[in-house]
Amino acid sequence: MDAFLLQILNGLDKGSAYALIALGLTLIFGTLGVVNFAHGALFMIGAFCAVTLQKIFNISFETIDATQTDFLGNPLKVKTTYLEHWLGADLGGLIINWSVPLAILFAIPIMICFGFIMERGLIKHFYKRPHADQILVTFGLAIVLQEVVKYFYGANPIPTPAPDALNGVANIGALIGMDIIYPVWRIVYFFFACLIIAGVFAFLQFTTFGMVVRAGMADRETVGLLGINIDRRFTIMFGIAAAVAGLAGVMYTPINSPNYHMGMDFLVLSFVVVVVGGMGSLPGAVLAGFVLGILESFASMEWAINLIPGINQIIIYLVAIIILLVRPRGLMGRKGVMED
Amino acid sequence: MSKTDVSRRGLLKTGAVAGTGLALPTIFTAQSAAAFTNDPTGGTVTLGFNVPQTGPYADEGADELRAFELAVEHLNGGGDGGMLSTFSSKALEGNGILGKKVEFVTGDTQTKSDAARASAKSMIEKDGAIMISGGSSSGVAVAVQGLCQEAGVIFMAGLTHSNDTTGKDKKANGFRHFFNAYMSAAALAPVLKNLYGDDRKAYHLTADYTWGWTQEESIKAATEALGWETVNTVKTPLAATDFSSYIAPVLNSGADVLVLNHYGGNMVNSLTNAVQFGLRDKVVNGKNFEIVVPLYSRLMAKGAGENVKGIHGSTNWHWSLRDEGSQAFVRSFGTKYGFPPSQAAHTCYVQTLLYADAVARAGSFNPCAVAEALEGFEFDGLGNGKTLYRADDHQCFKDVLVVRGKENPTSEFDLLEVVEVTPAEQVTYAPDHPMFAGGQLGSCNPGA
Repeated sequence: MDAFLLQILNGLDKGSAYALIALGLTLIFGTLGVVNFAHGALFMIGAFCAVTLQKIFNISFETIDATQTDFLGNPLKVKTTYLEHWLGADLGGLIINWSVPLAILFAIPIMICFGFIMERGLIKHFYKRPHADQILVTFGLAIVLQEVVKYFYGANPIPTPAPDALNGVANIGALIGMDIIYPVWRIVYFFFACLIIAGVFAFLQFTTFGMVVRAGMADRETVGLLGINIDRRFTIMFGIAAAVAGLAGVMYTPINSPNYHMGMDFLVLSFVVVVVGGMGSLPGAVLAGFVLGILESFASMEWAINLIPGINQIIIYLVAIIILLVRPRGLMGRKGVMED
Repeated sequence: MSKTDVSRRGLLKTGAVAGTGLALPTIFTAQSAAAFTNDPTGGTVTLGFNVPQTGPYADEGADELRAFELAVEHLNGGGDGGMLSTFSSKALEGNGILGKKVEFVTGDTQTKSDAARASAKSMIEKDGAIMISGGSSSGVAVAVQGLCQEAGVIFMAGLTHSNDTTGKDKKANGFRHFFNAYMSAAALAPVLKNLYGDDRKAYHLTADYTWGWTQEESIKAATEALGWETVNTVKTPLAATDFSSYIAPVLNSGADVLVLNHYGGNMVNSLTNAVQFGLRDKVVNGKNFEIVVPLYSRLMAKGAGENVKGIHGSTNWHWSLRDEGSQAFVRSFGTKYGFPPSQAAHTCYVQTLLYADAVARAGSFNPCAVAEALEGFEFDGLGNGKTLYRADDHQCFKDVLVVRGKENPTSEFDLLEVVEVTPAEQVTYAPDHPMFAGGQLGSCNPGA
């Protein structure tokens, strides 16, 4: 029973990342009609915002410690960060320690600007082009972005730990009289994802801006005829989608050390999530994200692997095939989307 | 009466055609008469360094390339000579190889077998490389070794740890200086017994490809021989990034040791996930839960950050070794590049020197003469103590280092500490050991 509940938690946690990326993908597809294969790269750029802020916080000066030697036998150069030098070891150290949560504030403007530039500079030229062209250009952009990141940060993963206060494990099973320990940061990630998802839905549901965007998603031409500049709003939505992917990346860094390839690792899975959820359906993307996350976790259990060897490697694609056979438009897809 | 006009232009044309016609067979004859592939006829000899320049192991590849460049510099008499001065063989004089200046070309393996074979083929056929070296993956090593065997050039493997490279996939033209999975297990087992006792239950997570399988097989056999019980072995996809769903079952499995048969990004992520789930703070069966990473790499350990602290594993070489050879290499490399070399850099540097030395001792670039010079060659002064290149399988036998993630590192390079130097005799196995069975070395192919 403990193992069962633990895998549900794992699934929800994995699903959080899938859902956040798929949500952004669906926002872009639903508003602009663009199949954005660079969305995984936006997730990766977000993660590297956290890495960058950590590097900025760790900018330091060197002093010579004559009592120790380096690997060549020379006196050791000891690094002290400017933050600790200026603010004291306690406060400076605390800020450095909390660099990942602080990177949320750092990443939001960067990702929104990045989204604007990407949409205005490249994507808008492909609105009227076939989906195949959009896929090619955005996939090419993803490769360029990851190579740029690799040039500056190297190919190896870069450790970006969570704050010490959120780094341990919590016995969340104690609430129901069981012994289920789970990493605190993963719990934080789940609730953070829920908050972002709720925020995006609330924004679209309860604001005038959101109402116009939803109307534009349903019938872009009619909204345009009403004199509303829907393109501008859709550009803003691209920025918001980029920010959602970026924030998912920022908060993911303590779970797995970020590397330049992490966007590609998530990209294919996220597209499967979008297709299973139903192209253009925001609730569908979120639902499919969590469902596939949970199924993937269960497929990694010993009994599942013993029952069907290799099921852990194919479960997501297997489920996608079954769902598309039974419900060709996905779990919550609408009629007419990508059916021209 | 006919008149034949013989113009000056016509004569020149006829002469040129006839000359070319006469010369062509000579060119072909010269080529076909060469005793071996890419026989260097000029004043230079070209070596081919095939390393991952793109992809997940690009940083390791970059370090290999630095080491190759340094080795070439030293062979040509540049720099401080590095390990040439500590190498027990004195056949190399710092004037290239057999008096020919050493040049090199590079290829990008991308850590993909097909790409690695294509780049090696190009270096052999277009650039005239007479030896291929480098790489950071066993899959790539096995593929390129096979190609070199067919092409008739020597392959001096880079970082490859699978038993298969000098086991079932061994080739007469291929040579491995790096240690292997069996040696890791043989070196680690006694240390694990001393540290954790002989009553342990181990759970293996294994990367699902050739290296992972042989690593798991070797560690499982060695720990079971100690009296440990293997609770479970689970194969994980090579492309996996989040190992949480594989770590969770470990918590309720009754195991008190987790063996991570992972390398590179897999190792960084699985170890990070295992520590996140509090495994290191857990007490199972009345014992502290332990994690073991059989193959360590300093470059990869850096990616796992604090999580490597106190975790045991093995490595082929480490820059902190105090022997003369290691110190000379670290000094050369550190002075040139500003940081200490990795084990991948070390093995690539050593392989280049060993190849050059074998050519010098054989007095020929013929791969078969080089292979003969390397087979059974005993040497010292290259950082691993006394070493033997065994003739039966072209595997080097030398001491193996057991290392531990350092608790209080003094720098970003100071991540591992050597806890035991396991002597070569303890990691040596019979050439017909079952874990290495199934392949034949065959006979040397000089090509051409």
